[in-house]
Amino acid sequence: MITMLTDNTSTVETTHQQASLVSEAAQTSAMETRGIHAWFGKNHVLRNVSLQFPANSVTGLIGPSGCGKSTFLRLLNRMHEFIPTAAMAGEVFLDGQDIYRPGAAAAEIRLRVGMVFQKPNPFPSMTIQQNVLAGPTLSKTKVADKKDLVEDCLTRAGLWKEVKDRLDAYGSSLSGGQQQRLCIARALAVRPDVLLMDEPCSALDPGSTLRIEETIHELSESMTIVIVTHNMQQAARVSDHCAFFLSEDGPGHLVETGLTSMIFSNPSDQRTADYVQGRFG
Amino acid sequence: MTTTFVPDTLVKPGRPWRRTHRSTLATLGFVAIAGLSSTGIVAVTGLAGPLGWYVGFVFSLAVLGFLGSFFRDRVVAIDLFATVLICTAFMTVLIPWVSIFYSVIKRGAPAFHKGYLTTDMLVTSSGEALNLGGLSHAIVGTLLMLIIAALICIPLGIIAAIYIVEIKGRFAGVVRFLTQAMSGVPSIVAGLFIYSTLVILVFHSFSGIAGACALAILMLPTVTRTAEEVLKLVPDHLRAASYALGASQAQTTFRVVLPSVRSGLISASVLGLARVAGETAPLLLTSGYFIKLTTNVGNGAIGSLPTYIFSALGAGTTESMTRAWGGACVLLALILILFIGARSLGGRNKGR
Amino acid sequence: MPTQLVSDASPDASPDNPVGRVIATEYGPSDKVFRGVITSGAMMSLVVLALIAGFLLFRGLEIFRDFGFGFITNVVWDPGDGIDKATASFGIGAMLVGSVVTAVIALLIATPFAMGTALFLEYYCPSWLRIFLTSVLDLVAAIPSVIYGIWGYAVFMKYGTSWGRSINEYLGWFPLFNVPAPIFERSPFIAGMVLALMIVPITTSVARAVYSQAPRDQIDAVYALGGSRWSGIRHIVLPFGRSGLIGGAMLGLGRALGETVAVYLVLNLVFRINFEILASVGGNVASLIANKFGEAGEYELKALMASGLVLFLVTLLVNFAATAIVGRTRGTES
Repeated sequence: MITMLTDNTSTVETTHQQASLVSEAAQTSAMETRGIHAWFGKNHVLRNVSLQFPANSVTGLIGPSGCGKSTFLRLLNRMHEFIPTAAMAGEVFLDGQDIYRPGAAAAEIRLRVGMVFQKPNPFPSMTIQQNVLAGPTLSKTKVADKKDLVEDCLTRAGLWKEVKDRLDAYGSSLSGGQQQRLCIARALAVRPDVLLMDEPCSALDPGSTLRIEETIHELSESMTIVIVTHNMQQAARVSDHCAFFLSEDGPGHLVETGLTSMIFSNPSDQRTADYVQGRFG
Repeated sequence: MTTTFVPDTLVKPGRPWRRTHRSTLATLGFVAIAGLSSTGIVAVTGLAGPLGWYVGFVFSLAVLGFLGSFFRDRVVAIDLFATVLICTAFMTVLIPWVSIFYSVIKRGAPAFHKGYLTTDMLVTSSGEALNLGGLSHAIVGTLLMLIIAALICIPLGIIAAIYIVEIKGRFAGVVRFLTQAMSGVPSIVAGLFIYSTLVILVFHSFSGIAGACALAILMLPTVTRTAEEVLKLVPDHLRAASYALGASQAQTTFRVVLPSVRSGLISASVLGLARVAGETAPLLLTSGYFIKLTTNVGNGAIGSLPTYIFSALGAGTTESMTRAWGGACVLLALILILFIGARSLGGRNKGR
Repeated sequence: MPTQLVSDASPDASPDNPVGRVIATEYGPSDKVFRGVITSGAMMSLVVLALIAGFLLFRGLEIFRDFGFGFITNVVWDPGDGIDKATASFGIGAMLVGSVVTAVIALLIATPFAMGTALFLEYYCPSWLRIFLTSVLDLVAAIPSVIYGIWGYAVFMKYGTSWGRSINEYLGWFPLFNVPAPIFERSPFIAGMVLALMIVPITTSVARAVYSQAPRDQIDAVYALGGSRWSGIRHIVLPFGRSGLIGGAMLGLGRALGETVAVYLVLNLVFRINFEILASVGGNVASLIANKFGEAGEYELKALMASGLVLFLVTLLVNFAATAIVGRTRGTES
């Protein structure tokens, strides 16, 4: 399914076209946003973003820096509202329900939509095991078998073999790449349906980056992943779908979305073509 | 699949996460129930007065929070309980300070009459009627001593700050450390020191200068520390530009660095003055107390606002008590003026 | 004609074999004077501190020689007949214990409130209110102790007395809360509460400065895992700010130990070591000095100097420790 928004200063048109060659057309979407706008105070930073995230796939959000990708990501798990001047409009649907509906419990939503941040931030005063279990501890959910959960999450994050003998070591004693994988394991412990990743590899070396990309690939078989990345090659490697954001002297907006292969080989919009070919950004 | 769209121009920013009226009412209800139950507890157990009610209130909050955790998500219930507790703690702390300001104004007001600020207590005793006498001697004494203390302390404080920030001498760390240590000197010890040196050895009597020196000891750490922070804010490229033009360090400091933070330094000095304006203990030992308006700072005791209050308290009658409150009122006003002056002169350069 | 280049560099040096050059800054004459003046001016704080300790020791040495360690442990304060030294006996034991007792009471009351206020200002307060309240806090820190004293004496005394009475009624079985006679005015408990009020601003400021540096990214991680505001505070901010809070509390302790006038006006000075905090019996070294100073003879004056020295050393120690502890937070987390 290809969604294309053409930008016009006075009106916005939304056109949907069925793509014939896409087998994922029949997939349900785990998350969907409609008409998302975001403000910081009077500053309009995101305009009319309507996007669908197909289940069990990886969607990459690409675009030059400063066009609102991270802000958009934070809207998906209701982290945007922690900034004092933040405001938004539009809807975000998780399993058919708007997460911003009145009475929605934000904390519960964040248990279903997890997040991994740009800079690895394991809790320094907790051991590796405690870090992984931090989610259930904080939400005071009972865990039947703690050891099983820890092993499962660390394995899925690709860290189990390296730390299984030192689960009592402190989180800060790991290398950068290992810390980030610990953060991924921590996010997995609450069994989210969707995992948001905000440039998870930008602070890491190429070796760690590759391993995390493998992890993302494995995880995507059982959950929906949305990843913001500056690195186009990474987007090409890791994501199934891509959404290209751009900010032209105004709020950031969605230019084009589609299959990664289409976006990179045969984009519909000239700006997308310019970006993926490195002519700007 | 078609989507209805809303043209951009009609979209308004919203805050769907804001507390709904319902949830605010629920929180207030929670607090009110705790309050009511506490009143009940007070009535039943005979726990007395505001403290009793307060203890009952906190107890009720704890119980309600515990019960509430069964109905709502435990994390949310604990969060609510913590929020109410912290807000209550804050408001509790505010009450005495509000009481202080209120008492000072309410109980000091009767002392004010037409000549209050311009007469001294030379011919009036503390116990006499309130429309006689005044505290002109106290105001003048305090102001004189503050000026002298400022003259001693501000240059020294700025010099110390220059040493730490500009010269970065070998002992910069030591000086900083000692300044910090000096800020812990009890005020009475500063008074004792000046007494044993200046009063006994030099002046052979109480004097305003001795009092000013004691105040300067107490003021110096504040001025030094604030001046240091202000000087640190001067960007290095300013100094680099000056050196690149061939200026000496002295010229750079006096012509470039200091002028750029002039208002900050003035603010630091006035703030230091505000802190010592109310010091009583050192003055009791160095400048004593004198009832006559005088400008003689070199020889003999001199009045000051804190010692005026102190001596009026000692007299013990209701009139003298009111005079003490009146003095407190004037002192507080002086500190407020100095404070506001410091803020408006310097602005908040370590802003939030 | 080729000019010979004269060089100070080492003769062994060559491009393949670098030898470090010593770079010495020669200051011009005006700068030499400048630096000299500034350096000596800056040493003033060192000089003053040394002088304070020195003079107090000088004047009080005789007392330490005459009484030895007993000066600190004895409880009696008797100036004797003022003429014959042998009739006098000075000991600050009761006063020292009293200083510590009132300061500790103040610390125990003030620290939770300071922590709550700091958390409130940093994490609960709406931003427009925060700036105003911070200024109010700074202003309150500048209220002189004599005003706290007069308020404590004239306004707060009756509340403190009735609270002391209530505590004694319900908890009087506990030795601390027992009283020899049902008089609850001017007790260490009341003095402690007034002191607590005085030190809350200091502790709050230090605590707030530390709490504001708590790592935001970890707090974000807690939120992202479904935690609430209190979860973030409890798991990240409080452990992070623990040293800061302790340091701030100790700074407050130092202030409370040296406080003179507020305690003098509110506490009943009795020369007896007393741990029954609700009783009308207390002490404080600083108030002792203020009390006895007016009529002290030569010898008694020396005893007061010695007391001042002891007080000075104690507060200095507490402040050193406080600065070290607060410095530790800034050092480890950056």
